[in-house]
Amino acid sequence: MTYHVHISSETECVGLNLGEVWQYRDLIVLLTKKTFTLTYKQTVLGPAWIIISPLLSSIAYMLVFGVIAGISTNGVPQILFYLASTAIWGLFASAVTDNAATFIANANVFGKVYFPRLTVPVSNLLVGLIRFGIQMILVLALVAFFVVQGTVSPNWLMWLIIPLALVHLCVLGMGVGIILSSLTTKYRDLQILVSFGMQLWMFGTPIVYPLSQIPEGILRTVVMLNPVTAPVEWLRFALLGSGTIDPITTGISIVVALVCAVCGILMFNRVERTFVDTV
Amino acid sequence: MAHQTSRQNTEREPIIAISGLRKRYRLGQIGSGTLQGDIKEWRERRQIERSGEVDGAAPKRDDDFYALDGLDLTVYKGEALGIIGKNGAGKSTLLKILSRITAPTEGEIDLYGRVASMLEVGTGFNGEMTGRENIYLNGAILGMSRREIDEKMEDIIEFSEVRDFIDTPVKRYSSGMYVKLGFSVAAHLDSEIMIMDEVLAVGDMEFQHKCLDRMRQAAKQEHRTVLYVSHNMSTIKRLCDRCIVMDAGKIVFDGDVDAAVALYLGGGNTLLQTHYEYDDGYRPYDEYLRLNRRLNIDTLDILGKDAPTFAADETVELELSCTALRPLAQVGFRFELWSQDGTKIGTMLSRGFVDLHEGVNKIHMRMDLSHLTTGQYSADLVAFFHDEEGNEDILDGVYPGVVFDVVVELDEKNYLDWHHNYWGAIRLHDVDIEISE
Repeated sequence: MTYHVHISSETECVGLNLGEVWQYRDLIVLLTKKTFTLTYKQTVLGPAWIIISPLLSSIAYMLVFGVIAGISTNGVPQILFYLASTAIWGLFASAVTDNAATFIANANVFGKVYFPRLTVPVSNLLVGLIRFGIQMILVLALVAFFVVQGTVSPNWLMWLIIPLALVHLCVLGMGVGIILSSLTTKYRDLQILVSFGMQLWMFGTPIVYPLSQIPEGILRTVVMLNPVTAPVEWLRFALLGSGTIDPITTGISIVVALVCAVCGILMFNRVERTFVDTV
Repeated sequence: MAHQTSRQNTEREPIIAISGLRKRYRLGQIGSGTLQGDIKEWRERRQIERSGEVDGAAPKRDDDFYALDGLDLTVYKGEALGIIGKNGAGKSTLLKILSRITAPTEGEIDLYGRVASMLEVGTGFNGEMTGRENIYLNGAILGMSRREIDEKMEDIIEFSEVRDFIDTPVKRYSSGMYVKLGFSVAAHLDSEIMIMDEVLAVGDMEFQHKCLDRMRQAAKQEHRTVLYVSHNMSTIKRLCDRCIVMDAGKIVFDGDVDAAVALYLGGGNTLLQTHYEYDDGYRPYDEYLRLNRRLNIDTLDILGKDAPTFAADETVELELSCTALRPLAQVGFRFELWSQDGTKIGTMLSRGFVDLHEGVNKIHMRMDLSHLTTGQYSADLVAFFHDEEGNEDILDGVYPGVVFDVVVELDEKNYLDWHHNYWGAIRLHDVDIEISE
């Protein structure tokens, strides 16, 4: 018999664990499907909400920040600017918030049967990506419309960067999310923190304003050191042709994302072994 | 017995090897719950380590509790191992560690096969989803690939007996249907090791038997290994060919099923004693008797037994000791019987009456259990007499007077594996049947 599992008090090596997640890929697909089925069950508009909610918040941002506060969007039509930004932030925010509750929300199932726990965050991430993809259809339609109108000129060559920037954003979001999920099993305070913390974080990220609108100074440095800033600016630079690209902050952001992801997986692996005893 | 031959046929190939397994839990609050407290605790621990008071091992704390305390066990391929023990003996912890739900504190386990654990049936079932969707989801959670589930879908639906409802959301299922579907998925896993924790406690009798037979088949014909935890001794006997008894995180017995069950029933329950002293028990009539106490029930002994476990045809010999405060004529006794689930099932009256003299009286009693079925019973003991007008007057009562187990072996006459839930605790007179001309 070739199959052999060794259980001891030592944490297993991470590589083995990721291989196991791959073995359970069918489960990831099913969990993703389940999330969609359950989210839109018994709703009148169903999956249309994926488009409606960012559209509504974009309109609100447009009125508040664009019309009332008069923040410039560097020539990009406001509705497109806010919609693209909301979609990008939505992807990151869902990677963090959906994953932060992994252990608490699934304590019941985790306590009864073993499967690689990482399948849950991975499926959450997939859900976020699919939602983002649907929103992108609308964004791209708007881009096409405004390109024809001549008000937007995307950096077509930079579109090759888009997948990389998305991976960057997802790795960062998931890293932060699973770190939070691991810590939440012990410190429930984080659950409360996450819900409004993400809102604060959004205002610290150039979402409702372009980075270029912040005057030089400490405030700008802080926003640029925010690891989410770099991928957001890259994506907007490629899609809308307007963004502030900075190699140093990009580098820092990539390092932060990798560190978060590695720490997250290590912490997650440690916690998943015994969290049943603490929850 | 049949299981011995099958055991010889299988080469004794270890499939689970456990050595020195321990699992520690902290009693009381787990962790300090705040960051500050945890940092403080961590610093204290480091100080202890640096001062060298402990050599390598984690400092032993007063509030540590070992749910498993040094467990060694080897299970061989094709064995059906029963695990019995009191609540808190560590059975479930052992299964949780084997199913990799939680990690051990010390010790090593080697598993030479895939594990399918059924610590609960229908784990992860979602009420909004249909039976079929839930089979896919549950199967995937248990480690099956989509293709495997597709291949087995028909078998699973067939076994579950809920074909008509398979495309209905499971929130509309009865609890029995839910369990049937959940068990069917788990039973069709291609795993070398199956772990079950009393999942059969629900579901109707017929389905329970079907499940047990399926497990037996898995062990005997497919040479899979089954680990089964239950408090239901008859299912243990039906399924297992080896049994361990656990107590306080250790294995106290490992071997023959009948011997294990006898040991567990005999020593497992502190209520099960053969000598009773009613000094400070619950005496419901004390208030009523306050002004007119005439009798005190003192002690009761079950004679000739080490443990109060009886076969159905056995007669229980009892000796009751009571103190009469004055001479009492025409005193009768009754045992009011309760089954374990708290149902009053009937009352046994003394045949006739006895006269008691002032002082200590010893009364010999013979109790016939012939209508009771397998299970645990407690009996409240009440002494009474009839006054001149024929009215009953209570003299004393002790609750509970005696607790005992009845174990009915399956044989020609007792051909039914009796369950109180379904047929009650009493087996009434048999019905004569014959083919009429």
